Amino acid sequence: MIALARIPTALGSRATARAAIAITLVLVFWEFGSRFGGWTGMKLPFIGVVPAPSRVLVVWYNLIGDHGYWQSWYLSFLRVLGGFSAAMLLGIPFGMALALNRAFYQIAFPTFEVLRPIPPLAWVPAAILFWPTQELSIAFITFLGAFYTIVINVVGGARSIDARYIQSAYAMGASRWTVFRRVVLPSTLPSIIVGASVGMGVTWEVVVAAEMISGGGSSMGSGGSGTGGGLGFFIWNSYTGGSYEQIIVGMISIGIAGYMSSSAIRALGNKIAPWLRSR
Amino acid sequence: MTEKAAGGELEVRDVSKRYGTDRYPKTVVENCSFTVERGKLTVMIGPSGSGKSTIVRLLASFEQPTTGSILLNGRKVTKPDRDRLVVFQESALYPWMTTYENVVFGPKAQGRQGKPVAEAARNVIDRVGLNQFQQSYPNQLSGGMQRRAELARALINNPTVMILDEPFRGLDAMTKGLMQEYYAQLFESSQSTHLFVTTDIDEAIFLADRLLIMSNFPLRLRQVIDVDLPRPRRLADVVRSDAANQLKMTALSILHEEAIKSFTVGNRAADHFMNTYGRRYSSPPSPN
Repeated sequence: MIALARIPTALGSRATARAAIAITLVLVFWEFGSRFGGWTGMKLPFIGVVPAPSRVLVVWYNLIGDHGYWQSWYLSFLRVLGGFSAAMLLGIPFGMALALNRAFYQIAFPTFEVLRPIPPLAWVPAAILFWPTQELSIAFITFLGAFYTIVINVVGGARSIDARYIQSAYAMGASRWTVFRRVVLPSTLPSIIVGASVGMGVTWEVVVAAEMISGGGSSMGSGGSGTGGGLGFFIWNSYTGGSYEQIIVGMISIGIAGYMSSSAIRALGNKIAPWLRSR
Repeated sequence: MTEKAAGGELEVRDVSKRYGTDRYPKTVVENCSFTVERGKLTVMIGPSGSGKSTIVRLLASFEQPTTGSILLNGRKVTKPDRDRLVVFQESALYPWMTTYENVVFGPKAQGRQGKPVAEAARNVIDRVGLNQFQQSYPNQLSGGMQRRAELARALINNPTVMILDEPFRGLDAMTKGLMQEYYAQLFESSQSTHLFVTTDIDEAIFLADRLLIMSNFPLRLRQVIDVDLPRPRRLADVVRSDAANQLKMTALSILHEEAIKSFTVGNRAADHFMNTYGRRYSSPPSPN
């Protein structure tokens, strides 16, 4: 362990070393757990059914050259990005309007609050009826996943602005527009970033489930473009095809994709809100 | 000190402020009248929760008085304007802007830009001694530095009247003393009109040209004391000055009367009043 603790200087930081050690331990435990049954004839519950990481790795290695596998990544990412961008694009102005305009709040918020508890997946059948293509249905459901989270965060952020910020801005001669752009917007930014990273997580959850439900694109919607696919479908397909290793590959792929997405959001957040990291 | 015509005169005329509903009105300020004289440092003293911050918000037109009016150089004011700028209790600097950006916010919001603004900003930042911290965000500054940055942000707008609402509250004693001396110097070099609100009697005597002692809840002017200590003032001199101690005793005895009166009211503000001034009066500092 002492030797391992020195690695960090080479890798950059102690944090990296800790992460690496933790992941290694999980892998060792997993490998041991799934092989235990083979050695002793006594299968461990749950983990005994899961293929060992070494076998998963082999399958994964073989998939690296596989076009279909990367196509799944690409499709899921595209949907997440589409749904998420739409949610940001509509959610931020909508949330701002709710927070800043009393009449609009009184009109729109009750409807919003009734719709919000409906899980995005409950929208699947309706979405299939609403939207002409399967792709649009999935995108819509993905959008819903992020939209509510973003709106709620924007409203919360914009409503908790210190009144003195706004008062002193007006006193110093700022116009309404300047106050909005240089006071209201930046002070809501931390909440927007939080909403975005939580929303991004929800987006991944939703897109995978939607892909599993919608299948490969042959069965649904007569006007469907027939794309389907995605990492969710990849997992479902592996399950029906009986390749348990591939299920794990799909699951870990989603984990990595989600991690990449939220890291990107964090990096972007640090870039546009530098005052938050400079403590 | 020569009397320069800088600044303006702020007059509060029969102002009352009520909150709450018609059935349960809560009067915070009642028939309050006083004047913040041109070119002078007027200090308003009264306990926390006595409505001083309310009167500050009224003076800055962040809120409107229920009755009565507020006049600047004889003209009634109704909207926030950079002729009356407030430095708040806790820092109200914009956390998302650097010191420099905070300071140039006012000029930029008014549509001024370019070299003159940059120069004025650097000047005023120099004056408050934050030259090295132009590019720092507020959360990278110490408490005292934040207050100075906020002073700079107000100063660059050349307010006709500068209003400071307990700006040094929450600072440690050492920093507070330094800030008081520093602020006194700043005022002495500018000779514009200032209203400084505080609960601290030593701070009040040290800074004031005129001391407004407020009565408690609802807020009203109780008495005006002229503090004719020589300027420039140094903290050490004022502490040793008999005249200053005499003034302090006078002020404290009035505040004590108020405390006794408030005590019978029995609300929380009154309790605070007793804690702040009741005890202090019973053990006055030795007069040298």
